[in-house]
Amino acid sequence: MTITTALVYLLAAIFFILGLHFLSSPKVARRGNWMAAIGMILAVGWTVVVLYQSFTPAGIAICVAGITVGGIIGTVAARKVKMTAMPQMVALFNGVGGGAAALVAVSELLKVVGKRPDLQVGLPDVFAIIIGGISFAGSMMAFAKLQELMTGSPITFPGQHIVNGLIALAILTVAGVLLAMTGSVVLLIVLLILALTLGVMFVLPIGGADMPVVISLLNACTGLAVAASGFAFNNFALIVAGTLVGASGTLLTRLMSAAMGRSLANVLFGAVGQLQQGSAGEHSGVQGRIARSSTAEDIGMLLAYSRFVIIVPGYGLAVAQAQHALRELVDTLEKRGVEVAYAIHPVAGRMPGHMNVLLAEAHVPYEQLKELDEINGEFKRADVALVVGANDVVNPAARNSPGSDIYGMPILNADQARNVVFLKRSMRPGFAGIDNELFYDSRTIMLFGDAKESLTELVSAVKAA
Amino acid sequence: MNEQLVVLLTYFVLTVFIGFEVISKVPTILHTPLMSGTNAIHGIILVGALLIAASVQTPVEIILGFAAVLLATINVVGGFVVTDRMLEMFKDRQHVGADGSGRKAGKEQ
Repeated sequence: MTITTALVYLLAAIFFILGLHFLSSPKVARRGNWMAAIGMILAVGWTVVVLYQSFTPAGIAICVAGITVGGIIGTVAARKVKMTAMPQMVALFNGVGGGAAALVAVSELLKVVGKRPDLQVGLPDVFAIIIGGISFAGSMMAFAKLQELMTGSPITFPGQHIVNGLIALAILTVAGVLLAMTGSVVLLIVLLILALTLGVMFVLPIGGADMPVVISLLNACTGLAVAASGFAFNNFALIVAGTLVGASGTLLTRLMSAAMGRSLANVLFGAVGQLQQGSAGEHSGVQGRIARSSTAEDIGMLLAYSRFVIIVPGYGLAVAQAQHALRELVDTLEKRGVEVAYAIHPVAGRMPGHMNVLLAEAHVPYEQLKELDEINGEFKRADVALVVGANDVVNPAARNSPGSDIYGMPILNADQARNVVFLKRSMRPGFAGIDNELFYDSRTIMLFGDAKESLTELVSAVKAA
Repeated sequence: MNEQLVVLLTYFVLTVFIGFEVISKVPTILHTPLMSGTNAIHGIILVGALLIAASVQTPVEIILGFAAVLLATINVVGGFVVTDRMLEMFKDRQHVGADGSGRKAGKEQ
């Protein structure tokens, strides 16, 4: 690496770190993203300049074609995607990055087929193939689950952990043979296929509600695969960029597991979220108790004459595309002088911070979005906790029933408000498949129906009150 | 272990510390943009893809090289564009009063 190249890469690394630094405030965050993009243009642009002499005709062709087609696909996909579909889009972009890292490493090792690869190049490359392959296949599975191309609930079979263990063992064996003896095309292909299989198998038993953890973890995986490539290429730009992503993904994975009150191992291997038999009784839940439901007019009246209302939005809000209707209700209430705040649970949505993005899209000022710790003390003075399309994040079972799957998860204290209103499609339990005590509380009123329609009805009811 | 490897390891370890330090300051509200932004950053694998794609000769190399460049570019471009789109939504409310009551901006549409 020449001095100039090293300096350009150093500059790119500075831009990446500064870019992430600017993400600490919503006001300058956009600038941060631009800085990171400039760093990327510098690093990629300079690489092309350095490679200029060594391009073969075929090399020029595939680079121009790959960048043009990839650029178009990336831009169109990123422009078209709905904010509700953001988790699967991020999973997709993450997956292709992991796939690229694996392919780069395969190409590198193909050059030394028939010889024992130098450990300093071989080890990181094998690591990149394994982790990149897992990340690619895992992300595609996460995409398929989130996009509802397949069922979002866990898929399990007897002996699953043993099968996965055997695949992992096979991966290690093949990797060992590759490194200790000789690289062959067949071994490389087998290694890649095994890694892809493990990626699929590892996401299969994980439920839709646990996706924030999975996406964070896969993000960290791709980052580390890229960093490994940096070791193989002796290129510190790749190491720095990849490691930054690895750190970010690891941190988010820990935060998300903590927000669910579960260990990472439990999220990955617990297969939580399978619908338990007999829990799907409509409108009558545990012990045949009846939840109290009411009309939009009554609830509108209640809201209109409240002083302080806390909204608890959940993924159901996003599914019903009801963010804008919710915002309209809040506007109407505020015009009447009602104080309103939004209580955002860390795992509301399908990826870290997802609900904030959805509400930002509906032009909710971010100052009104309160985090769990910030808002939990406030529920006591709230007249109404309006829960829209959420369930598990306000389920007191997380506090009270040690046997429950969600026991230990920090929840929003909606049960401490004077009245609790649930907007729900039916009595079906949430993604964790657990009934909610709060539905049957004497202070709770249910409003059944599509969230968007219910909210629109509430707006008219409040206006009429 | 040679000197070169030690230098690379140093970069790695120092970056782990910087990464944790910088990223722990990112507020919850921006975690989705953070994730898609870092996603774009690991698209730097495009540099690696270009390094192997530049000198391809055999059909296998060509296919692998093309796929790597294609996937890496989707990663980079898609990642930055989608992050920009999200952050734009957060930015358009910077004129709102600190108490959150005066919604001056955000009335568009």
